[in-house]
Amino acid sequence: MAETARVHQLSNGLTLVAESMPWLRSAAFTILLPAGTSREPEGLQGLCGMTVELAQRGAGDRDSRGIIEALDHMGVERSCAASTFHTSFSVAMVAEALPETLSIYADIVRRPHLPEDELEESRQTAMQELMSLEDDPSQKVFTELKKLRYGSIHGRSPYGAMEGIEKVSHADIKKFLKAHYIPNEAILAVAGNFDWDKLCREVDRLFGDWKPGKPLAKEPVEVKTIKQHIEHESSQTHIALAYSCVPYPHPDYYESRGLISVLSDGMSSRLFTEVREKRGLVYAVSASSQTIGDKGSVLTYAGTTGGRAQETLDVTLETIKSLNNGISEGELARLKARVKSSLVMEQESSSSRSSQVASDWFYLKRVVPRQEVIDKIASLSCESLLKHHREYPPSGWSLVSMGPESVELPDGI
Amino acid sequence: MEFKQVTLDNGLQVCAEVNPQAFSQSLGYFVKTGARDETPEMAGVSHFLEHMVFKGTNGRSAEDVNRELDELGSQSNAYTSEDQTVFYLSVIPEFQEHATELLTDLMRPALRDADFETERQVILEEIAMYDDSPPYGAMERCMEEFFGSHPLSTRVLGTPHTVSQLDTDLMRGYHHQRYAPDNLCFAAAGNVDFNALVMQIDKLTKSWKPGSFARQKSKPIFKSSELELRHPPAIQQYTFQMTPGIDRFDPNRHAWRLMATVLGDDSGSRMFWALTDPGLAESAGMFAQEYDECGIVGLYLTCAPDETQNNWDLMRDVVENVRAEPITEKELEIAKNKICSGSILASERPGNRLFTVGNGISLRGKYESLEQSLENYRRVDVDVVNAALVEYLQRPSVRVTVGPELNVLTA
Repeated sequence: MAETARVHQLSNGLTLVAESMPWLRSAAFTILLPAGTSREPEGLQGLCGMTVELAQRGAGDRDSRGIIEALDHMGVERSCAASTFHTSFSVAMVAEALPETLSIYADIVRRPHLPEDELEESRQTAMQELMSLEDDPSQKVFTELKKLRYGSIHGRSPYGAMEGIEKVSHADIKKFLKAHYIPNEAILAVAGNFDWDKLCREVDRLFGDWKPGKPLAKEPVEVKTIKQHIEHESSQTHIALAYSCVPYPHPDYYESRGLISVLSDGMSSRLFTEVREKRGLVYAVSASSQTIGDKGSVLTYAGTTGGRAQETLDVTLETIKSLNNGISEGELARLKARVKSSLVMEQESSSSRSSQVASDWFYLKRVVPRQEVIDKIASLSCESLLKHHREYPPSGWSLVSMGPESVELPDGI
Repeated sequence: MEFKQVTLDNGLQVCAEVNPQAFSQSLGYFVKTGARDETPEMAGVSHFLEHMVFKGTNGRSAEDVNRELDELGSQSNAYTSEDQTVFYLSVIPEFQEHATELLTDLMRPALRDADFETERQVILEEIAMYDDSPPYGAMERCMEEFFGSHPLSTRVLGTPHTVSQLDTDLMRGYHHQRYAPDNLCFAAAGNVDFNALVMQIDKLTKSWKPGSFARQKSKPIFKSSELELRHPPAIQQYTFQMTPGIDRFDPNRHAWRLMATVLGDDSGSRMFWALTDPGLAESAGMFAQEYDECGIVGLYLTCAPDETQNNWDLMRDVVENVRAEPITEKELEIAKNKICSGSILASERPGNRLFTVGNGISLRGKYESLEQSLENYRRVDVDVVNAALVEYLQRPSVRVTVGPELNVLTA
């Protein structure tokens, strides 16, 4: 459990941060580029997703088919995503394939062909993805919640908006890529079975002469408290609720995360017990935390049928409120057991470790060693959790419901 | 990595793939009863009982069960399929004894009246949740059309009607019969103390009497049909086609899976280049699924309703074109590498190996190590894959499509 991440800072701004897991046969990496949806020009929502799509249609010496064949030939598992602050690539492979795979991704981020004659294909792909999202109310309700809560810049959907996707031109993509596919602020996180010295040499060779771009402006993140109901012809009413909590870099983050765990982690959690087990109101109910910039939110979800939506929301709110009555010793012990076992099991997956390393580096500019998490969790007490809850009582509520039944937040919230 | 297996006197099978290097262990009961073992009136009973198992035993309340699962820091869950009901968890090795005792106790739930009624509501919500999510039950409807009167047509969750009507006493009787020890397999993977495991389970289940349940097997009768369904709030059109494949005991099953990967994997396959890469469809692909007496080769397509007919014609062209352009050595090599690399990556978690081990023993009566499984794929010859395709093309198929309007797909 003593592994520590090693860091290699390139002069152009790119940070290589890697954690060795020599007992694995695999390796994984995560690339974060400062090319998130919050940097899309107004009116071009979807540009971020279309850019990463087109960037993979040929790069370096390979055309679109060449890239896919080379990665498939090595059995590389990969995905890419747009988020508020980043375009990210998450890639896992057998350890021997790491150098070759890294070189392909260096081509994609540095030397994409951006074929103009495939722009329409990228546009169609983006539209298809957006329409499929629209078809799933349990996802759509969170897209709407994010939009309302974080506003026009930080509340953008990774899937963009139809009007934006229709407008994006080839010039827009070239410009966005030039300004945001840059080493400044970029993170390359690696986890798994690799040789550190070789990796550093490889990364220097592939990324060392990458020219930095212009520094990027940062807009402050603001949170709005808004509620909305979307009438929808579905069986269930889908309820997405958010309230403010401390963000990931905050010194009290583990207290905050502990409280969410009491609410939602495991089958003995309060939400599962009250909303599902005792009352049978739902199949799915959950809470999770999200950090966007310096703002943290707790997001909850519940879906229910037949005139029970208001009751479901009321019970959810009562359950959140019940934290104010204190945390039991049993709840604290279960929370600690869960964190302990998840830290152990994280050692069995290079891909979950590489994404955690990347996220730590982005938010904290360091990787939290396992022992530090263990110590922090060990130091939590029922008193410290309650104290935190009272210092940061749930506030700043946003609510979006979607389905046949509209719901109301009670007075005083 | 060592495989160990024992059958207890009461018929309960215990097996484990022991890996002393692993950080964790995964344990699970594989109950050989699923939707395919239900009568039409009892549709959904296996899944209902899966829920009831967590509602407590004679010595434990539902709260006790949930609390203990969390005290173990376990990642636990359960699922029901056509073939089986599976209860599993992953824990750190020091909790082996407690986790095994808990899982074993759960196989003898109290099945209290009041809990049946609460859980009925939860399951009705579960059905409603899937009805709201793409593809809005089209997959289940396609299975019904495809298998006709064969029991594999049974919906795993049942229907709102059957779930509302299921009688609690009949469910208790059903549980008694299907959870007999000779119908159970306890599987483990990871850092496991196998001898301790066997001794403990033997002791805990000493009083359990073997039952008399045996799965009824029969060959389904396949014919072709087409069905269109309307889901007014949908924006996209969702289409499935099912064609008879091969069963899980067939030595050619690796070849059929490779065929599906070459033609219809979500990246780099022939369907990917024809439909997904040009942005014509959100997804378009092929999969293979095996059961005891038969299997399915499925096609799926998600795209805009007015593009569906064109896209469907393209998919059919991709499949039929293999007569003119058979699968090449290079395509097969890539498909093998994808499947093998995926297996290697997945194998790093005992939580994934558990299913390979448990399903192997419970469903096929056979253990396959990771290396054997890789070898089974690597040795497939391209001619066998092309022969599978020719056979596939001659078989009947059932197609179901769902979207905002009807008359989308005519040919």
